[in-house]
Amino acid sequence: MSQHNIARPSRRRLMQAGAAALALGAPAFVRKANAQSQFDWKRFAGQKIDVVLAKSPRADIYQRYEKEFSELTGIEVSSEQIPEQQQRQKVMIEFTSGSPSFDVVNLALHVQKRIAAKGKWMEDLRPYLSDASITAPDYDFADFGKAGLDYATQSDGRLDTIPIFVDYWMIYYNKELFAQKGLEYPKSLDELKTAAKTLTEPSKGIYGFVSRGLKNANIPVWTSWLLGEGLETIDASGKLLTHTPEAIWAAEYYRDLNKNYAPPGTIGFNWNECQTSFMQGRAAMWLDGIGFTAPVEDPKVSRVVGKVGYGVTPPGPKAHHSATFADGLGISAASKKKQAAWLYIQWATNKVNQLRFLKEGGGAPARNSVYADRETVTASKFGPQWFDCILESAKIGRPGLPVIIPVQEFRDVFGVALTNTLTGADPATELRKATEAFRPVLAASEKA
Amino acid sequence: MSSELTRLELRAEAGVVANIPQQSVEAPPTRPASPYDFSRKYWVFAVPAVVAILAVIVFPWLFTLYMSTQDWKIGGGSAFIGWSNYAILFQDERFLEAVGRTFWFTALAVILPVILGVAAAVVFHREFPLRGILRTVFTMPMMATPVAVALVWTMMFHPQLGVLNYLLSLVGIPPQAWVYDPSTVIPTLVMIEVWQWTPLVMLIVLGGLASLPREPYESAIIDGANAWHLFRHITLPLVWPYVMIAVMLRTIDALKVFDNIFVITQGGPGTASETMNIFLYLQAFQFYKLGYASALVVVFFIIIVLLSLLLLYARQRSKWNA
Repeated sequence: MSQHNIARPSRRRLMQAGAAALALGAPAFVRKANAQSQFDWKRFAGQKIDVVLAKSPRADIYQRYEKEFSELTGIEVSSEQIPEQQQRQKVMIEFTSGSPSFDVVNLALHVQKRIAAKGKWMEDLRPYLSDASITAPDYDFADFGKAGLDYATQSDGRLDTIPIFVDYWMIYYNKELFAQKGLEYPKSLDELKTAAKTLTEPSKGIYGFVSRGLKNANIPVWTSWLLGEGLETIDASGKLLTHTPEAIWAAEYYRDLNKNYAPPGTIGFNWNECQTSFMQGRAAMWLDGIGFTAPVEDPKVSRVVGKVGYGVTPPGPKAHHSATFADGLGISAASKKKQAAWLYIQWATNKVNQLRFLKEGGGAPARNSVYADRETVTASKFGPQWFDCILESAKIGRPGLPVIIPVQEFRDVFGVALTNTLTGADPATELRKATEAFRPVLAASEKA
Repeated sequence: MSSELTRLELRAEAGVVANIPQQSVEAPPTRPASPYDFSRKYWVFAVPAVVAILAVIVFPWLFTLYMSTQDWKIGGGSAFIGWSNYAILFQDERFLEAVGRTFWFTALAVILPVILGVAAAVVFHREFPLRGILRTVFTMPMMATPVAVALVWTMMFHPQLGVLNYLLSLVGIPPQAWVYDPSTVIPTLVMIEVWQWTPLVMLIVLGGLASLPREPYESAIIDGANAWHLFRHITLPLVWPYVMIAVMLRTIDALKVFDNIFVITQGGPGTASETMNIFLYLQAFQFYKLGYASALVVVFFIIIVLLSLLLLYARQRSKWNA
């Protein structure tokens, strides 16, 4: 058919060819009237923006494909990756100084959300989204998942950042060890404890459950259980719920699992020690963020490749939630190149880059559509259960840390209290002491 | 003439002058009455040093003192509160515990490497085959990058999968929790210090041993002294000033230790390895309480100055001619 067309061109064909020739002769015209959209990506060509990222596989992806953005827009990008802790310090100090050196910044929303709102750090992105002249028509903001958007949205409705990545806390479990004991994945926290007990065999060096015991790092373990009671650590009015019967129950649950069914020494474990135990087949279940999957399925470092199940955190006595964490990209309110910065954010959070997170091990992206990309799902070494776990967790996601300014002090004070329960201290007493110690810190932070 | 010639020859021989004009020899420049000249024209030369010292030592110090009197939090503004930070500090249980822990850690991290370092120096002072190679191997831990070393140790300490527990299992010792237990964390961290810094003590003492005179030994042997007598009554007293230098350096280093502890335990489990440095880091860079952290720095500085004075006094006493 096509051969016939080439041999004897029809009138329509000739006109098309003529149009194509015209188009070739006017590349500038084509670029503007791009088949995809009428959107002008080049309008800020020649500007230069500074981007501060936190060290992560996601930042690697951004830097690897940065040229793509510069070619699309003609905007020069100067980006840097700084290790998480130091990046937060730098961002904090620069925003406080009043003249931050960057235009685009990565915020860890589970730590910096409240301080960003109180310090008026960021530009509200809602007007940008509703302005068709600077937001690409195919950006598809509605595609972003609820958990990520909830995190990015402040209590007064401002949208400080666009979420790029959401980490859901879930349970990695060793299917082989479960099968040996004839166990199914637990459907409640009670079942989880029973399963942990059954799977624990110290004589073989195998333990039923492992999670973080190190102070500070251990808070999300406790809040994961507390969310099962339908509570966060602080309610909407800012009242501490850390010494309620529910919080004490969660601390007792934390203590029981970490003390009775976890490997010796978990009191000092951070995620990496837990991961090592799990990857070597020495722990049957591991509660942590789903973002830590990549090494677990890497045959070079893991002995459990292909045997790993990805389970949604089981429901607690009163509710079913997954403790959630998120990062977002936003524009510094003091930036002088806000529109160019907005183009960068659109590019960084577009579907192509979000899909790259999935393909290149960058954790769970914030857009929903990428999980529907069957090609990626089937090609992924993580398997369909991993994707299901994310989608299910996304529906029940709730913040794993309180949205307050002194998050680090919260983690420290309550982290120490939880650690103390592992060496015999009474959970109720420890939580009371910690709550009393923390209350004035919280009050002062909102006053200043 | 002949006397002049001799004088010239003498000066040339001493390397002072080569081609010196005749008249300057005859009329040597008159020396000022004082070796120092305080006239204003020289002040300009002191300015760079003074500026540098003011900028990098005096100003930060005064500013730290000033900050320590403020309720100053990054992102929260500041207000004058006088001595309150100090008052809070001395009621802060975690701070007081951290001080005690710092002294405990420092004592162990000074005494053990010094004893072992002196012993190693005595061993390496003798001639034996492969001494050179072994001495190099022995000093290698000192050259390793602290953070990398700390990460490797962390892996070795893993209670389930670390190589240390595997080695213990070979000789029938049950697995230990190492840094993953509040009661063993400090001794374990000290163990790393010992491994890393014993070689430094050894090098310092070895230098001292090499400079010792032989005569006292010869006469002592004639008098019938045995090896222990020689060590106890000759080697040790003579090498003591060098040991004191090692003690001083170790004390300063041990008080300063941050990297190993932070990388391996972050002050945990709980607060079981939280030294003053870790506590200070938390206050300043995690909680952003600059005023409080400044007060802590001032107190820490006073402690270090007092300790240094004590050590300087001990070192002065240990000198041969003292």
